[in-house]
This record gives sequence, C-alpha cells and structure tokens, in this order.
Amino acid sequence: MFLINCPYCGERDQQEFKAGGEAHIERPKQPTELSDDEWAEYLFMRKNIKGVQFERWNHTHGCRKWFNMVRDTSNDEIKAIYKMGEKPPSQ
Amino acid sequence: MTKNLRVKSSEYIDETNRISFKFNGKTYHGFKGDTLASALLANNVHLVGRSFKYHRPRGIMTSGSEEPNAIVQVNPGTNITEPNVRATEVEIYEGLEASSQNCWPSVEFDIGGINNFLSPFFPAGFYYKTFMWPASFWEKYEFFIRHSAGLGKSPTSSDPDIYDHRNIHCDVLVVGAGISGILAAKNAAKNNFKTLIVDEKNELGGSTIFENNEFNKIDNKTPSEWLKKEIKELKNIKNLEIKTRTSVAAYHQYNYLLARENLTDHLEAKDKTNKIRQRLLKIRAKKVILATGALERPLIFNNNDRPGIMLSSAIKKYSEFYGVACGSKNIFFTNNDSAYESALSLYNKGINVKAIIDIREQSESKIVKKVKEAGIKVYWSHTIVDTAGYKRLNGISIMKLSNDGTSVTGSKISISCDCLGVAGGWTPAVHLYTQSGSKLKFDEEKQIFLPNQNTSKQISVGSCGGDFKIDEIIKNLNQKLKDNLNIKETDLDNIKVEIDQENSKRNIWLLPSDKPLGKTKPFVDYQNDATAKDIKLALREGFRSIEHVKRYTTTGMGTDQGKLGNMHALGIIADTAGVKMGELGTTTFRPPYTPLTFGTIVGRNVGKFFDIFRRTPMNDWHVENKAEFENVGQWKRAWYYPINGETMHQAVQRESKAARESAGILDASTLGKIDIQGSDASEFLNRVYTNAWSKLAIGKCRYGLMLNEDGMVYDDGVTTRLGENHYIMTTTTGGAANVLGKLEDYLQTEWPELDVYLTSVTDHYATASLCGPNSKKILKKIIPDLDLSDENFPHMSFKEAHIGNIQCRIMRISFTGEHSYEINVQASYGKDLWEKCMEAGQEFNITPYGTETMHLLRAEKGFIIVGQDTDGTMTPIDLQMDWIVSKKKYDFIGKRSLYRSDTMREDRKQLVGLLTEDPNEVLEEGAQIVSELNKSPVEMLGHVTSSYFSPNLKKSIALAVVRGGKDMMGKKLFVPMENKNINVTVANPVFYDEKNERLNA
Ligand SMILES: [Zn+2]
Repeated sequence: MFLINCPYCGERDQQEFKAGGEAHIERPKQPTELSDDEWAEYLFMRKNIKGVQFERWNHTHGCRKWFNMVRDTSNDEIKAIYKMGEKPPSQ
Repeated sequence: MTKNLRVKSSEYIDETNRISFKFNGKTYHGFKGDTLASALLANNVHLVGRSFKYHRPRGIMTSGSEEPNAIVQVNPGTNITEPNVRATEVEIYEGLEASSQNCWPSVEFDIGGINNFLSPFFPAGFYYKTFMWPASFWEKYEFFIRHSAGLGKSPTSSDPDIYDHRNIHCDVLVVGAGISGILAAKNAAKNNFKTLIVDEKNELGGSTIFENNEFNKIDNKTPSEWLKKEIKELKNIKNLEIKTRTSVAAYHQYNYLLARENLTDHLEAKDKTNKIRQRLLKIRAKKVILATGALERPLIFNNNDRPGIMLSSAIKKYSEFYGVACGSKNIFFTNNDSAYESALSLYNKGINVKAIIDIREQSESKIVKKVKEAGIKVYWSHTIVDTAGYKRLNGISIMKLSNDGTSVTGSKISISCDCLGVAGGWTPAVHLYTQSGSKLKFDEEKQIFLPNQNTSKQISVGSCGGDFKIDEIIKNLNQKLKDNLNIKETDLDNIKVEIDQENSKRNIWLLPSDKPLGKTKPFVDYQNDATAKDIKLALREGFRSIEHVKRYTTTGMGTDQGKLGNMHALGIIADTAGVKMGELGTTTFRPPYTPLTFGTIVGRNVGKFFDIFRRTPMNDWHVENKAEFENVGQWKRAWYYPINGETMHQAVQRESKAARESAGILDASTLGKIDIQGSDASEFLNRVYTNAWSKLAIGKCRYGLMLNEDGMVYDDGVTTRLGENHYIMTTTTGGAANVLGKLEDYLQTEWPELDVYLTSVTDHYATASLCGPNSKKILKKIIPDLDLSDENFPHMSFKEAHIGNIQCRIMRISFTGEHSYEINVQASYGKDLWEKCMEAGQEFNITPYGTETMHLLRAEKGFIIVGQDTDGTMTPIDLQMDWIVSKKKYDFIGKRSLYRSDTMREDRKQLVGLLTEDPNEVLEEGAQIVSELNKSPVEMLGHVTSSYFSPNLKKSIALAVVRGGKDMMGKKLFVPMENKNINVTVANPVFYDEKNERLNA
C-alpha cells in the first residue's frame, strides 16, 4: 500500500488514488490527419516497463486532481511526483 | 496413564488458578498461563493430530506460531467452531474445548492411517499424476479427494463475534518484544519517537526471558534477570505503546503493516460477551524495526516426525517458562551448542537426560563441559538412523557418521527414550522482511538468508538480522539504532556483557540412514507430509526452480508456510543439483505470517455495512407501498410495485399498460447529474458528445451520446442548456461517477485551456418522471400557472417553475415515447413532490412504475440502455444511430476511431429488433443467434440483449446484436435453446409508435 505525496494535498494512503496508465501520451491535435496506424499507436500502444515508468495518477477520493508519478515498478519506489503540465524530471 | 509432568514452579504459571479443559472429549487440568500445548504436555499427551497425507500420528513440535503439527479445532461440533488453530498459541481458559483435526474416527485410531502403509504409492505429484486422466473420471476423483482432504471443519453459521479495525500512525514500530525489540523500543521512545512495540505472545521478553545459562551475564546478572528489570522500566516510558497478543500478519510497501490484536480469545465465555474479539491494526510507521527473532531448525532424518520428537528450544521453553517436562527419558540430537542449554535446563530441574547425539566431531565450550560433568553421555559424530514408537516415541537407533556426512558406519546402538529434542541451528525469521519487498542474501558461512537490501525505512535487529550471541546483538543493535534514528547516546553504550557462546555448527541438510533413502521417511514439511525423497524425485523429474519444486511436492504450502522445513528443502535441492543455496533463492513468503480469521479481515464491514448503498429521497414511499427493489450500482431502485400478490411479470404488464394508456410515474433520482459552467461549456460539450451543441438554445434539451476514444459507446443522457454558459448533463445511473471522472481527466490533462467547471449534483436533486397521455393534466393540477402548451413548452425543452414554494426544474423529455415530464426538486422535497404527483394523478389512475417497466417501455421504442444493449464493443453506427454522429464537427472524443478499418466493417454486430414466430414466446436475454440449424459447429451471429413481452403490442419483442444485422431486415434466424429452436425474424428495433406521434399526444 503506497504512501503517495499528492502535490496538492500531501501524503495520503494509496486507497485514495486511482492509477491512470502511462503518462506523457498527448492526444493528437488533428486526429483526422492521422493514418490508421498512427491513430492506433496513440490509442492502443502502452509500455509496461519493469523498472522506471512514468505514470498518471488521480487523487480520486481527495482533491480529484491528476498528476504524474515516476515509479520503479520492480520495487514500487516512487521516485518523483509532479503536476500535470510540468516537465518530467530527468532520469 | 496420566502422570503429571509439572516440574518446578514457574512465575508465568499461576498454580493457584486451576483450569479444566477438554481435548478430544476428555477433561484435563492445567493452570492459568498455560497454552493448550503446555497443558497437554503436562498431562503427558503428545499425540494431538494426524498428518495430512499419510495420517501419521503427530505430536507437539514447537512452542510457538511456527507449529506445523499441533493444529486443532476449537469448539468442535458447534456452529462457531474454528479450524486450524495452533495448540501452542491457544491460552487455556475454563471451559475450553478443542479436538484433533484430520483424523477419523479418532486420533488414536484413524482409518486414513492406512495411507501411511500405502505411502510408496503416494510420491510427490501423486495427485497431479493420478487425477489427471481420464478426464471423465474427475467426478469420482473429486469425491475421493474431498472426502479425505481438508484441514479442519468450517463453522456452519455466521460468526457471532465482534471484530474491529484501527488505524495507527507512529514514528517507530518495533515488531517482536524479545531482548532486541525491547531495547530498541525503549531507546526509540526515550528519544521522543512515538513508538509502538508489538509481540504475538502474551508476555514480553521472547526467549531471553527464560535464559538462565549461567555462563552468560549482562551487567553481572543472568540475561533473564537483567531483561526483567528492563521490561519493568519499559512500562513507565512515555511515547511508548505496548501491545501483546498482537501478531503482524503483513508488511506492505511504504511501511504499511497489518497486525491482528487478540483481545478475548484467552478469556472464558462469560468474559468474552459483548467484547471485541480481534482487532486489525493498520499501521503506517515512519520507521520499522524488525526484531522477529529466529526459528530453530529441526534435523532431517529417518522417521523424524513421531510424537515426542520436538525442537530442543521448545523443550527448554516448556521446562523454564511453563514448568513442564516434555518427557521423563530425554535425549537431544544436535548439530550445535544450543541443545546443551536445553539439556542443562532439564538436568537442573532434576529431569533425566539420557544422552546427547551430536553430529559434530567435538565442541569445547564451557556449556558442553558442564553437560559432560553432569554425567550426560555425548555421542560425537553420531546420527540417528531411525526412531521407534507409533503413537509415541519409545526409542532411537544411532550410528557413526562418515567423515563426509553422507553415510553411516559401524554398529547400530539403540537407546530407549520418550522425548527427543532436535537442534539444527537457527533460521532468522525474515518472512516480514521479504514481504516488504526487501531482498535477502545467503550467508555461506552461517548457512542462513540475511537481510540485504531494504526497500523501505527499516532495520532488522537481533537474531532476525543474523546476530545470535548476546554481545553481538547488543553491540550491533546499538549501532543500528544510532544510525537509523540519528541519536548519539543510548543506554546500551555502557552495558557489560560476558558470554560463552560457541557458534560451531556442522550443517548436513539430510542426514543419512543405514537404509537407502527410498526405504526411509525423513520429513521436511511435517504439515504437508513432504519428505526429502519427494524433493529428490521432483529434481529427478526435471524440476529445477524452487517455486516449481515447492508446488510439485507441496513443501512449504501448509498453513505454517513451511516455517520449519523450508531451509532444509533448499539445502537438499542445492546439494542434489550441485548449486549454491544463494543462487537458488528462497520461495516467496506471502502474507499473512500466521493465518487470520475472516472476521478480522472484514472488521465491521459485515451485513448491511459490507458495501455502502444509496437510497433516493422517495425511498420511504416505495417501501411503504411494498415495492420490490433492485441494486443498480450502489443504488437501491424500485424495481416494480406488486399489488395483491402479483408476480413480477403481472406487475410489469399492468404498470406498462397504465403508463401508455393514462399516466405513470418513475423515480428517476438516481440518474447522474453534472452541473457544467464556464465560458467554454458549449465547446466542451462539442468535444465530448458525438453531436453538435453550439446551436442549442437556452431552455432547450438535447440527447447526447458519449464515446470512448476507441469509438465505442460509453454513456448517454439528456443535457439541458440552462443559460449562456450553464448546462446540466444527465448520465446513466451506473455511469455517473465514471463520466465525471472522464470529463475531469480531459479538462485537466488534454484541454486545460478550456474555461469549464464540473460539479456532481446527482444527490442534490430528486427527480420524478411523469409520463403518459394524462401527464400534462396532472402537471397542470400541480402547477396551474405554468403554460404547458406545445408552443410554449414543446418536447425537448425546459422550464423553471414553482410548486407552492418549492422551486423546480422541469424538462419535457421522454424515455418511454410518451408525453412526459421530468420534474427535479431539491432532494429534501423529493418525497413531497412524489406525493403531490400521486394525489393529483389519482383521478387518472396514476401508476408508479419501477425500473423493469421503464426497461420494457423503452425497449418498445428501441431506445438503448448503455451497458445492456452495448458492451463496450458497439459504435453508434453499430447501434444504427448514425443520425447522432455529427459529420461537420472536426473532432470529438472517439471520432477518429469511427473511421478505422475495423469499425467500418460491414459485418460488425449491429443492433436490430427480433420478433418471434410465436408471439407468446419470450426470448432469453443472452441467448445466442444462428442462421443455420443443421450445421456443427455453427457460427454464432450474435445474441439477444433485451427481451420482453409487450402488453401494449401484445407480443414478444427483443433487441439483439447480430453480425451484419443491418442488412438482414425480414430475414429468418434461429435462437437455439436447450430443448428447442426458436424461429425469429429480424425487424426494425423501433416496435412502437415509429413516427413518435405519442410524444405530443
Ligand atoms: Zn490531492
């Protein structure tokens, strides 16, 4: 059970949060210009890394804000947390 | 023969408080302070159970939670009986009843014992191999397995006890209150850390509390005396909470631990009433200090499982702590010095110790000398090759070990005895440590796994960290505390320790016998009856991974998770396969460390508190009017309102006729409602719905369909424009929370530039849906001053109005195809609104209808229910709802996916209507649809999604999804059922009032 440091609320139990998949996948601005393959790349393809992974999390039972997390999936160490729109920390 | 084996009085046993209890129906006596195990041993009862596979007689092996054999049923034969309880952990109380498990008809004479003599036929993997084939025999096998398998009996009624949960936040959690834990907790608390120390036992002090080895001294006192003084001081320290009878079950990431606090299990029945039995502590600690100690290892030799064979350390604890002699003719079998301490403990109490069998060549420590001076015979370089006695050990035979330890030589010596203490060294209890995700490293010299890489803020101190000698323990503990808690001084700095402990040890994982291995029974896992033979067989059959060997042989898979034998299993695998133990790694230790009751896990969340449920403001009216309810998500919704014993079918037929012929009323309060405001609200709706919203006039309503980015229908509902920058969106009942979440996600992450604010107002409004040709007249009666003409208040429009003083929002929208109004009021007026409608509608026979009738009415109109007629694989085109997909809009969620090659296929499953050849035949929802009958295998074209008998059309109607269904209008298809084939015809899904004339009726 992680202890997650919500950038708006502080440390809270994992129960209050929902994981939202891989971070930094921007919705294409002009979807109609994309080929089927390009759209499929955006729509379906997600990494599932054993190691350091960039993820989206939502403080569902709290401030309801989305934020980003850098997590090592091999030992669940949370390496960084930063707000939406902020640059990811360099690895 | 019952003789009392109580020896010298112990300060932990209250001999003035005599307690009677029953075991296997027979009454025994013990004293306050006894465990069931110590009390049975005092009565010379060793045989307490039968093993799982071979039904071999088994006795008490240990004195703690690692016990593999003495597993009992508490309160047998009652409906609150509890299985799989360790006799070594049950504190006796007046009236306690317990019985053996796993034996029939009795532990003394057990039919299953025949398995023991058949054991050559029960090798590792026996069940996997035998019951695999032929498949058709499975039912017979199942009977056999179920009959003979299972540990204990489940209770037959619900648990009457009270359980509780508590959250605890602390700076330092210390797990284990032996010498290391106590010193750690004391120094942490004294340095202003808010500290909690827990121990599974009822007394603090671990094994040091009865450590009276005269050669070990702390500040010139015996370790036992010294520690008692420390414990006394501990109880007066601020910042320190002490919890005994509290076992940590799980250690999760980020120092989140679950512990079970046992509050009443040791009390007699009259003192248990109305008290919380067990409490689950959910502990979040800034730092964790693991002081979980070490478990003594047995030795693996032929027939090492007879009742009377115990861990050497357990014999010492029974003697020193409980004042019980486990036997009157004792022998110890060891590979290190600790058996000598146990032997001396017995000797000093005047109990006969006949011999010590030591596999080492020699040892010169003071304690060994002392044992020899006491006249106890020591056989060096000897091993036990066999034991005798079926229900109780009565003798051993020993032979000389070869130099390499793999065989025996010379002549066999037999010695009679009734108790054998085995000492195979110590295994650090690293179970919780590894649960936390931290990694172990194998120490080749000590032959143990030790903590290596911590993933959270934790330290392992004392013997669980690999320190076994008191001087090492105190020195290393002191340093670890200073480093970890960042403190400069501790009261350990000036402690003087004198010790005489030898660490010499000869490690042989599997001891040889004079018989070949195949003819012996060296048990590695007592609870699951796995022997060294089984492990070797698994290796011969090609298993290499420790996890595979474990599952194949079931080693370590009992309720004790193989706390005693896992290391030997690893050692035997390593030796046989010729690899190093460090390379093998260990199997994964999983929570809970010791079994938990379900009651403790669920706490107060039982019965109606199992899950929260939501009720509408009109709920009391529905209850008073005998509605049947159905669960929709967490909501309790009125399902139908039976009158005079109607069945559901009869009630629904009556309700749906009334709604179309005169007037009906539905509680629609559960629909999700999201208030949307902001200067970009219209643009936002344009992006989330498939249709266009910019031109919707203020005061108008529009139906919207929401897709996922993959183009599949996600939710639907009517949204009303209340003002220039203000909308109210409705969602499906079940989808409300997810829709809000999805919209917030897009606003926060993809479109942060939009000025839009979302607020869930589902609970703020109560909604009555008034429908039918007389709905207008009823509304007119309630709100006489509101102009209800089609010109002023047409279909798909909205008005604010007042019913008396109550403000309301009225939408003229329809989910039934009838002229209807959805009236929204502040939730607290919901019941009042409903009653006003009922009163005004009385003259029109207004009929309340539930969700079932609502489903029927909308199905007559071919309106979909998201989640019933769709399943996350249906696009709007598949639903024949092309009309709602804007061609003009550049983008909306899911638009691009509607042009993928897959979503444009013509042969996708599409929504159609189905009519049965026999109009009275109602299809089953979920039934499969085919186009050919005499073909096998036959392609499944689709399935029925909604099906009803329509009282208004007087025939059966159904909605279905059918491959390429759009082009099958009028085609005959079949719905094959178990006993018949139903002929159906593909039809337009709008069965009723295709021209929508009734909306303005
Ligand atoms: Zn937050």
